[in-house]
Amino acid sequence: MITFIRNFWPALLAASVVGAAAPAIGTFLVQRRLSLIGDGVGHIALAGVAIGLWLKISPLASALGFSILGAIGIDRLRRRAPEEGDMALALFFYGSIAIAVVVASASGNFSVNLFGFLFGQVLTTSLGELITIAALGAAVIAVVSLLYRGLLASAIDEEAATVAGVPVSVLNVFLMILGAVTVGVGMQVVGVLLVAALLVLPVGIARNLVRSFRGTMLTASAVGAGAALVGLFVSNAANTAPSGTIVLVVCALFVLSDGWRRTRVAMVRRQSEETV
Amino acid sequence: MRDQPLIELRSVSFSYETGRVLADVSLKINPKDYVVLLGANGSGKSTLLKVAVGLLKPTTGAAMLFGRPATDARARERVGYVPQRAVISSRLPATVLEVVLAGRAAQRRFGGFTRAERQQALRALERVGMQDFARRRIGELSGGQQQRVLIARALVSDPELLILDEPTAGVDRDSQIAFARVLRELNGDGVAIVIVAHDLGAVAPDVRRVLALHQGHIDEISLEEARERVGMFVEDHPGHGVAG
Repeated sequence: MITFIRNFWPALLAASVVGAAAPAIGTFLVQRRLSLIGDGVGHIALAGVAIGLWLKISPLASALGFSILGAIGIDRLRRRAPEEGDMALALFFYGSIAIAVVVASASGNFSVNLFGFLFGQVLTTSLGELITIAALGAAVIAVVSLLYRGLLASAIDEEAATVAGVPVSVLNVFLMILGAVTVGVGMQVVGVLLVAALLVLPVGIARNLVRSFRGTMLTASAVGAGAALVGLFVSNAANTAPSGTIVLVVCALFVLSDGWRRTRVAMVRRQSEETV
Repeated sequence: MRDQPLIELRSVSFSYETGRVLADVSLKINPKDYVVLLGANGSGKSTLLKVAVGLLKPTTGAAMLFGRPATDARARERVGYVPQRAVISSRLPATVLEVVLAGRAAQRRFGGFTRAERQQALRALERVGMQDFARRRIGELSGGQQQRVLIARALVSDPELLILDEPTAGVDRDSQIAFARVLRELNGDGVAIVIVAHDLGAVAPDVRRVLALHQGHIDEISLEEARERVGMFVEDHPGHGVAG
């Protein structure tokens, strides 16, 4: 284990940053019923990666740019045409993945480079990449802390928050941008196909364990960071793919937490029936 | 200005893609008013409310709040708004205190909530008799209790006007009476109240004006007429006559 830590400390740090930052944003997304937005933005990020590789510019920067523009576009589509939202989003998502495949195959990057972004390449995290990931992760957490009041009010009740004078539309754009940045950052660790899991599942776990919104957000971040570290150690011991192992650890914790919640609810019901 | 209307709709019409909902509606809500807006399902009550608080822009006409356009965020800061209760999910991971604090979100742009704001939230909960539930998860409460928490959220920023959209729908009779008592006290403290509802329900003894919305048009009617037209139940409470 010591050797693993010594050799792969940038990977461990990168994984814990993504594990902590993703659920912090995810707490607001889940409450706004935007749980799968990370998945959709991931598709768009992949197109950004393919275009970045083709143009020989930083794939991470290109993915971030595409994700942010895509996330803002998704938000606008959702608001302008809610009744046709599903079809519009499908066009966005599948169009993006098609662009990724076509551009990557035309530029000869299909099998080698693109696969790394699809399924993550955390063990190869360099010091430079770690600094980028840490900076973006810290920025995400700082912005969430700064905008916490408005984000909380919008997550609880968008309509009441609007009437109270909270700039809900502006905060929605910020939330989508933060989600996109998180996907871009998480892509390095667990890959675009699995980053959405880190946005959503730790929030589900925390929601099963604590009552408050703030507690849910902090617990989800702690669970995400912890699961990312445990997943990396398990993958090293079992010689399995790191990204898939991290997400499987989160899935296992979700099942356990849900079992705990159900047991607790059943006990409370039994106690109240005995009292009656 | 002392006698300035809190809400003023001037010849407001509003249409969705499916058709016109409001037709040339004019009305004024004054300081300390206690108004119930009645109407059947689909009569446009909620639309009227949303136009009045700036959530929807009128197709024609003007909606003013405290003398400013209703879409002006500064005017809306003086309004406490309680939307239809269904918006709070039972899976919402938020305590009662956090839900009430959300009502102060616009008072400062950045950061978390201060200790003084927590005290204010607790006082708002005390005002609706829910202070003992501050640490409970909102989804664990009954419908009537949730409704009182939402009123506390609307009160936490000390509004001059409280607007409630179908506040007692699906709420049991005892909670309706408790709810009516809270609104009576608030109105006594000078807060103007506007309720949108299917019938007068338990607030009937306290209401001063009744507005009826029918086919996009609004009429001011008497309480007696309201009872006849809507067929609602009214029970007088000790010490409270029916206002005319």
